[in-house]
Amino acid sequence: MSRQRTLRVWRGDGSSGQFEEYTCDVDEGMVVLDLIHQVQKHHAPDLACRWNCKAGKCGSCSMEINGKPKLSCMTRLSDYEEGAVIQVQPLKTFPIIKDLATDVSWNFRQNERITPFTPPQLPEDGDYRMQQVDVDRVQEFRKCIECFLCQDTCHILRDHEKKEGFVGPRFMIRVAQLEMHPLDTVDRIPATRDEYGSGMCNITRCCTEVCPEHINITDNGIIPMKERVVDRFYDPVTIVLRRVFGWGKRA
Amino acid sequence: MATTGGHVQGFGQTNRTDRWWVGPAATAGGLGAWLLYYAWAAFQGKYWAAGPYISPFYITYTHPTSVTDTSPAYAFWGMWPEWWPALITPALILGFLPGTFRVTCYYYRKAYYRAFFGMPPGCAVGPRPVNYRGETGLLLFQNLHRYTLYLALLLLPILYYEAALSYSWGGELGIGLGSVILTINCFLITGYTLGCHAWRHLIGGRLNCFSCDGISEARHGAWRFTTWLNIRHMRFAWMSLYWFLFTDVFIRLMSMGYLPDINTWNGISWIADFH
Ligand code: SF4
Ligand code: SF4
Ligand code: FES
Ligand code: FES
Repeated sequence: MSRQRTLRVWRGDGSSGQFEEYTCDVDEGMVVLDLIHQVQKHHAPDLACRWNCKAGKCGSCSMEINGKPKLSCMTRLSDYEEGAVIQVQPLKTFPIIKDLATDVSWNFRQNERITPFTPPQLPEDGDYRMQQVDVDRVQEFRKCIECFLCQDTCHILRDHEKKEGFVGPRFMIRVAQLEMHPLDTVDRIPATRDEYGSGMCNITRCCTEVCPEHINITDNGIIPMKERVVDRFYDPVTIVLRRVFGWGKRA
Repeated sequence: MATTGGHVQGFGQTNRTDRWWVGPAATAGGLGAWLLYYAWAAFQGKYWAAGPYISPFYITYTHPTSVTDTSPAYAFWGMWPEWWPALITPALILGFLPGTFRVTCYYYRKAYYRAFFGMPPGCAVGPRPVNYRGETGLLLFQNLHRYTLYLALLLLPILYYEAALSYSWGGELGIGLGSVILTINCFLITGYTLGCHAWRHLIGGRLNCFSCDGISEARHGAWRFTTWLNIRHMRFAWMSLYWFLFTDVFIRLMSMGYLPDINTWNGISWIADFH
């Protein structure tokens, strides 16, 4: 048995556009991306949309579905009321190229601002050693698929348009991942505050709510980084301990 | 006003179709109701103790003007001086100290930034249009949250001490409904306090290597326990907040003679049985 669904989709480029509605046949178990493919097949072959793996792992198919930033390949039609129109839009935070495709290159430029992993000199036998307990904490951040849904949702970038003052949650966890790495030798705390803008985040946790990899961005990444910034710049006791006794300096 | 992707702009504006406002509305209601009750109870300065129980709003409390409602048996910490202004009740002071801990708590910050300040009211919902500066500028003080943690840690033993005292009446050891309520109150507040992000950082989170020596291994263990509580920090925040209030309500109603206690001293006993 096949039923029908109506998709209301934003059609346009960076300067103008409008919503268009398309109705297609749908089957059991379909996701929003399938419906978009149906629209491309039957109604609008020129509808632009980025996707790749259809398995929630490449991070390409990010869009806003009924106003919520989501991966369209992981969002089932059955999550929405039977027969209700589903609305899809491009990400709000990044410039639109065409229809559902946005230019997310701003993110790549943020990534370039972060000093890469800098391990110490290799030991004589040529092997670095790391214990599982130390791997565990930073491993969580490596699950990131760079879908940029968190960047899209973060109100600092999305609504306040303070892109120059904050690298966004995705890159805060990249910094956290490097900063908490036992072998990294770079002091990343001053840049975390002054360049990446840790003080801009008001920990309202929308990034964590939308992350399809369920990375606890705020609690495990941003807040621990904020506490490290406090150690360095705001807590008079740790400032004195550091200045006088060299406490908390990287070996 | 629509932007180029069909998005809407402005405070509270969104294309979301779910009931996103339920969360912030419930938060605003829950925090607002608590604050109203607290303001009333703190200024009222009466019915803060019953039998061996003393309301956690009023720990250390022995204000002379209220002794009429109870008896000097409650003067655990000695009488407050006569000249002390009646309006500044101990509940006000003792509410203020842990209050700073909750106000600067990373969880409550999220809750009130969203529910009271609309910053943002919900995810992908328009925030108030201001020149946003996050927690820099005026909100820089939030960085001193760990100092309010130290205060809260100092107050914890007092809370336990008061709870321990509720297990004895007239020189006789025993247990009552009130003792149980007061003890649960201690546990919930401990769970909340030890799940704090600042604590999690200080206890072990600030290390980059958990395995480098014996001390960091021990700290890793403590960090893991705190992480368990930290994941449940929101739950503990609400449970401890409302259990605290409920404890006060129980003692208040008992002290006013509306509710009996069940205990090993007198069985089902009304406030009069304690005199
Ligand atoms: S928690 Fe911080 S980084 Fe995450 S969405 Fe909110 S403001 Fe942005
Ligand atoms: S942190 Fe999560 S939401 Fe953000 S880019 Fe990575 S996977 Fe996507
Ligand atoms: S298509 Fe790869 S994540 Fe959706
Ligand atoms: S008490 Fe909530 S984070 Fe410290």
